[in-house]
Amino acid sequence: MLKQTEGSRAVAEAVAMCRPEVICAYPISPQTHIVEALGEMVKDGTLSPCEFINVESEFAAMSVAIGSSAAGARSYTATASQGLLFMAEAVYNASGLGLPIVMTVANRSIGAPINIWNDHSDALSQRDSGWLQLFAETNQEALDLHIQAFRLAEELSLPVMVCMDGFILTHAYERVDMPTQAQVDAYLPKYEPRQVLDPAEPVSIGAMVGPEAFMEVRYLAHAKQMQALERIPAFAAEFRQIFGRDSGGLTHTYRTEDAETIIVAMGSVLGTIKDVIDEMRQPENGGHKIGVLGITLFRPFPLARVRESLQGAKRVVVLEKSMAVGLGGILSTNVRMALSGLHMHGYTVIAGLGGRAITKKSLHGLFRQAEQEALEPLTFLDLDWNMVNKQLEREKAHRRSGPVAENLLRDVGVVAARNY
Amino acid sequence: MFQVRIHGRGGQGVVTAAEMLSVAAFDEGRHAQAFPSFGSERMGAPVVAFCRIDDKEIRLREPIMEPDAIIIQDPTLLHQVDVFAGLRKDGYILINTSKTFDQLGLGDMIRDWRHERLCTVPAMELALKHVGRPVPNVPLLGGFAAVAGVLQIESVIKAIGERFSGKVAAGNVAAAKEAYAIVKAEMEEARRKEAQHA
Repeated sequence: MLKQTEGSRAVAEAVAMCRPEVICAYPISPQTHIVEALGEMVKDGTLSPCEFINVESEFAAMSVAIGSSAAGARSYTATASQGLLFMAEAVYNASGLGLPIVMTVANRSIGAPINIWNDHSDALSQRDSGWLQLFAETNQEALDLHIQAFRLAEELSLPVMVCMDGFILTHAYERVDMPTQAQVDAYLPKYEPRQVLDPAEPVSIGAMVGPEAFMEVRYLAHAKQMQALERIPAFAAEFRQIFGRDSGGLTHTYRTEDAETIIVAMGSVLGTIKDVIDEMRQPENGGHKIGVLGITLFRPFPLARVRESLQGAKRVVVLEKSMAVGLGGILSTNVRMALSGLHMHGYTVIAGLGGRAITKKSLHGLFRQAEQEALEPLTFLDLDWNMVNKQLEREKAHRRSGPVAENLLRDVGVVAARNY
Repeated sequence: MFQVRIHGRGGQGVVTAAEMLSVAAFDEGRHAQAFPSFGSERMGAPVVAFCRIDDKEIRLREPIMEPDAIIIQDPTLLHQVDVFAGLRKDGYILINTSKTFDQLGLGDMIRDWRHERLCTVPAMELALKHVGRPVPNVPLLGGFAAVAGVLQIESVIKAIGERFSGKVAAGNVAAAKEAYAIVKAEMEEARRKEAQHA
């Protein structure tokens, strides 16, 4: 049924339809509305049987999810930013133990400096944690991916992170097609654990493993995650049969057939990019041959699919809301690996960090520069060089030049940072 | 695509107004996208929310920098925030105030604008009268239905019913209707004046 609702609410309702038996979460912006809504549904009985466990931290949230999942309960949690970092040790344990937990990450930057706005730094910091990572472009896709995530997690016995842009999606009201409970029940079978703590048949989960077998356990984790590359397209096809729409999969392409320039991106910025591409492709605007590849599955990274989608292009521009300090891009490093041995121009563009708006106007300029091979290999979109240079001058002039964040806020005149 | 930017202060229901606008548009079978300015909202701090309305899917995710219409929930913001940034001279403005544009010091700015698109409505007073709380957002939506003509007042009333219930819903509906009537009258007055000048 079509309805106009908040992204967080839509995801909460979709998660509830997946019949989780344990939800444990600690509130953090911009994830809070999701778990608040689920908490209400548990309290008023619309989501039953389900236990909502208030925990004292994100570390506890993931620890409880590990326990409940190992005991055979379908388990869900959600977090963002510093919350994800705080639970990091348990995040690795969840995947190492092969527990099919589903977690929403409402993508937000990581401090310091503290910043509540959107980018992909949080989820990408856990890219090697052994979790599958899916990125939603719209709220429709966010809610659909959660339904697919439980199916995928439980089939492979691996945890899945569903990433959706904080605020931009979580707090946006837009049209979504809510599935029926019958559709979700038809798609998602009852949870049958591959391993379970059962007093009737006692086992231990979580043995210490020495050098004699550790490599093999780790290899098997990799091999298991790689199975997702085959399962996900099949699950997406089955999803289309039941729900009547395309959602999920490994990647999405848009107008790439004859494209000489292909942009690569993840998440909600794909919508803005598509609008720019449509405008640039109009004959009166020069009929630019440009398209975009959206990465839906970031882990495991679909190397073969990405290579296949990009190999016909002359140049590839990876636009990412994340950054590897001391290297450049994270997504672009992964894309580069998919393109090994191919001769083409490749550009990394860091954009939208900490909620900096990514505008159509800036993208028009950026993409035209790329077409003329006039981009630096590593570009920071809409960076204020005056602000940067002023601080660099300050550091050169004075050894004790003060904290960077406070200096820059004073330069731009943000009231809260002024000395009164 | 029609783009609306709403300026107000934390606690005045700015985000709720944008969301309800999107619901009203959805009820008319249109696509709509509402989102807040993503600040750390606090009571009294300037807050911005946005709403896009279109006949096709809305993919754009940038903030609204060139709005077609601006709703100002708190006129004290006029001296604090560049609320009119990006608005064209044929744009729509609706301000919560019992003063006129001249009295607000905006006379020079709007001299060659289309006056029937520039309206004020004492939304705070209407909210106090009908709802008993100083929350001007819903009466302003009623006024907006009149000034911009992109939404029917009936859709706004329906959206109120989906958001609120009981006395609060009834009060807000009454306030929205009265605001709609006030703005309609203002626009007719502006048109009449313009016809006289012509």
